[in-house]
Amino acid sequence: MRGWEAVIGIETHVELQTESKMFCGCPVRFGAEPNTTVCPVCLGLPGALPVPNEEAIERILRIGAAFECTLVEGSLFHRKNYFYPDLPKNYQITQYDLPFCIDGHLDIDVDGDELRVGITRVHMEEDTGKSIHGSESGRIHDAKFSLLDFNRAGVPLVEIVSEPDIRTPEQARAYAAELQRVVRSLGVSDARLEEGSVRFDANISVRRVGADEFGTRAEVKNMNSLRSLQRAIAYEIDRQIALIESGAAVVQDTRHWDEGSGKTTSMRSKEESEDYRYFQEPDLVPLHVDQPWRDRVFASLPELPAIRRHRITAAGVDRQAAAVMVEAGDLADLYDEAVSLGAEPRTVGNWLSGDVVAYLRRNETSLADTHLRPDHLYELATMVGEGALSSTAAKDVLARVLAGEGSPAAVAEQYDLLQISDAGALEAEVDAVLAGNPDVVAKLRAGDMKPVGFLVGQVMRATGGKADPRIVSDLIRTRAAAG
Amino acid sequence: MPVDIDIAKVAKLARLALSPEALAEYDSQLQDILAHAERVGALPTEGVPPTSHPLPMTNAFRPDEATDSLDREEVLEQAPDREGEYFRVPRILGE
Amino acid sequence: MSDLADLAVREAASLMRRGDVSSLEITNAVIDRAGVTESHLHAYLTFNQDAARAAAGEADAARAAGRNGGLFHGIPIALKDNLTTRGTETTAGSKILSGYVPPYSATVVNRLRDRYAVILGKTNLDEFAMGSSTENSAYGPTRNPWDTERVPGGSSGGSAAAVAVGSALAALGSDTGGSIRQPASLCGIVGVKPTYGLVSRYGLIAFASSLDQIGPFARTVGDAAGLLEAIAGHDIHDATSYRGDVPPISTALQTGVAGMKIGVVKELSGDGIDHEVAAACRAMYSKLETAGARVTEVSLPASETALSAYYLIAPAEASANLARFDGVRYGLRVDGDTTEEMMARTRAEGFGPEVARRILLGTYALSAGYYDAFYGQAQKVRTLVRRDFEAAYEDVDVLVSPTSPTTAFPIGERIADPLSMYYADVCTIASNLAGDPSGSVPISLDSAGLPIGLQIMAPALHEEQLFRVAAEVERLAEFRQRPELATSEVRPA
Repeated sequence: MRGWEAVIGIETHVELQTESKMFCGCPVRFGAEPNTTVCPVCLGLPGALPVPNEEAIERILRIGAAFECTLVEGSLFHRKNYFYPDLPKNYQITQYDLPFCIDGHLDIDVDGDELRVGITRVHMEEDTGKSIHGSESGRIHDAKFSLLDFNRAGVPLVEIVSEPDIRTPEQARAYAAELQRVVRSLGVSDARLEEGSVRFDANISVRRVGADEFGTRAEVKNMNSLRSLQRAIAYEIDRQIALIESGAAVVQDTRHWDEGSGKTTSMRSKEESEDYRYFQEPDLVPLHVDQPWRDRVFASLPELPAIRRHRITAAGVDRQAAAVMVEAGDLADLYDEAVSLGAEPRTVGNWLSGDVVAYLRRNETSLADTHLRPDHLYELATMVGEGALSSTAAKDVLARVLAGEGSPAAVAEQYDLLQISDAGALEAEVDAVLAGNPDVVAKLRAGDMKPVGFLVGQVMRATGGKADPRIVSDLIRTRAAAG
Repeated sequence: MPVDIDIAKVAKLARLALSPEALAEYDSQLQDILAHAERVGALPTEGVPPTSHPLPMTNAFRPDEATDSLDREEVLEQAPDREGEYFRVPRILGE
Repeated sequence: MSDLADLAVREAASLMRRGDVSSLEITNAVIDRAGVTESHLHAYLTFNQDAARAAAGEADAARAAGRNGGLFHGIPIALKDNLTTRGTETTAGSKILSGYVPPYSATVVNRLRDRYAVILGKTNLDEFAMGSSTENSAYGPTRNPWDTERVPGGSSGGSAAAVAVGSALAALGSDTGGSIRQPASLCGIVGVKPTYGLVSRYGLIAFASSLDQIGPFARTVGDAAGLLEAIAGHDIHDATSYRGDVPPISTALQTGVAGMKIGVVKELSGDGIDHEVAAACRAMYSKLETAGARVTEVSLPASETALSAYYLIAPAEASANLARFDGVRYGLRVDGDTTEEMMARTRAEGFGPEVARRILLGTYALSAGYYDAFYGQAQKVRTLVRRDFEAAYEDVDVLVSPTSPTTAFPIGERIADPLSMYYADVCTIASNLAGDPSGSVPISLDSAGLPIGLQIMAPALHEEQLFRVAAEVERLAEFRQRPELATSEVRPA
């Protein structure tokens, strides 16, 4: 793509995991039996009326606040009119010119490069039902009929629209990943791509480097992992460049990403552009988010992932380790608690992001299901710091503590893993080794200190690995010099 | 002043499969009605805010509590076509 | 005793309280009346004799057990068929909802059932309440009990005709641009459109959400007040429902009008108003003055444009409200090769011409490039209409005008001319745009023996002023006549 630049904006839909739907009391439940969480309102039965869920509004305001948006004092719901069988009323209640949140941003980090991506708006809408297409491929094109399940209809959906500030597929991926982290940290949604509780659509255009005008854009949908988001954008950029270079033009359309073929295909042309006939939803009254409410929302925000990563890194933990812990959330929580007890940050960070993550993966379990507590980490880190436990032995102890075998001290005791760091207790072992290796001792006396490691190894073997190697090394040096 | 109406496009937006004759008749009736309705433009409305709602109310919410959903059979009984636990429709042309 | 079907609700209620008569007896009398009148009028789309008798029996048993549902305990009433009723077919007068049996009931229906009211059935209406004559029903027109060659008005023509003739003691209707008041006027009964938000719309099949209100029909002002009190009040299922207290309505009935300031709407007094109607109204204004009110003329300049604004706003909202009728989840389906085709065919086949016309009109008024000139501009005019009323209410307590520019017109006369039909709402629509309460009270018959109604309008949430004047108008008018189809005279409570 030499000489070309891509311009990318991302629209994100996040389903909120509230108790009930956006405009009715039906439960929000993933995986419920088809058409069982439906009522007159979310089925669009004649005469039914929507009433907004206050908690959903509280949550969208938190999302907006996390992006440092302006929370709009007077906002409105509108009707967006279009016919589609999964849309029960054939209009969607959404927001138009007065959304809840505007003008925010999200800072992302791509391989150490910081990028600020503008957030144009964050608005509230209702989700649609799901259609299952009656064809072998499950795709709409060759289906003879479709089946409809309205359980998802009316689930609160937050749309987050970015500015076209993104330039590369990698940045797009970083943006999406960071957005997921932020949403999760707020406790408003688990934002899982596989379950559809977060969905990313990308608006992509290309232009010659240095050009001011935007090119014609295409919207790409149906990416169900961060990897496919990145791939789809890369594909689409190449497609558009090739098109223009061949003398053709990009047509404004909506395109479907096919994971199997690794291609995007046109779903519909925007030429027959929709006329959504937006107008203010007359079944709902205006919303007034006053200053005390806005202040309360900002005050209620948790520490956001970027800030948390910064803080943890500043305490001496590796960037990668901090990222892993913050990504998981619960690991960073445990880290914070252990450190607040006095544990050494870097050691705890390395264990949590390395050994603990590996343990969880190996045992297909979650942190909450293990027996690891903050005071365990503190105890373990202290034992290592004081030399009572080697760092190798510590990893063994940690695995046993995770498995519920007891506290670090008890486990170390039980498996006889405590280090001998008492110099007096080691002197005899050192002397025995020195006596058994006179030629090596001679080298040391001649000033060649290289064989110290060899002698330390001998002592370690003799003590079954329990000797503190630093102390052994010191003893060897002093005794050899004294002899 | 004749009003500019693409009646076929309007009918398509409204999802009404009307015959050419019906479209022509609606076109002429809409011309008459809109000629009348254009009077709304005759009043001075500079700086006048629109009224969408007769009552000055804000923030009508409900608490986030799950309530009972409908019985699925009762719902699906009303469906013109169904398959098992689903509503069924003919193939969909595309989004 | 005269026929029980002709009792006012208050009379029937006091007879039942005293144990002189049972709900079942009254209900049977009304069923018998319907047996005579329905073949002439076609006021009902669904008439549930058996369910009504069963409900009457339950109401009697509940009373015997010491429970008291209030004024409407055991009273047989009718519901406009755009009020959704669980287990009873609800069509809104449309073919597209033929056979639709809702799985839930409207809030007002639940409130009446909870008070042991006896629901007789569902009354005819212009399809989706769009019309002023009840000729737009997919199930055939309702006829005016005073002259069966004439319309009963609309869109709540079935409810109005039933109450007028005694095939219900009272009824509910809905009013978007005059659909309660105009048929009440044309049928010689009382009808009230409450303040927007005073009565929950949950379960009312929407026509135009920002204008629709449910309200009562009765043969007396007191009965209408009682029915309104039974259904009014906040509902968690309607976000536009008013959260404050219901105004004290019934207590206002005996107060009289001495000292009240009544404004006669200048723009609704002359041109376009039938001269007999205008004269009857003027005569009533004089009587009100005699009764101690100060009557002055008041101008509502924007009201002349109100009709145009209404015929943009209401169809625009309707075009979205009626989008849900698509053949997917309920009602009619006309098959098609694709879902898009199925929907378009279902809607073309299922909606009658007036509904299709308004959907097209509303779709156009909202579409890109026309929104500002039509819908947007109409909403600004709506503001001007409200300001007119606010200014007027600084000087007067209520406003009065004819309810309808003419008395009942012949069936078929206006059906081919939408604009002349729309003109039937010229006196009533401004109250809907403003959201204010407004009612019609019969005052006399014209030379053809057709009823004339007076419209009384009051500021939002001041129903007590409306009813205060309405009760006085009722006393002064001494309107006792009944259509020939009913057997005896009505006596106000």
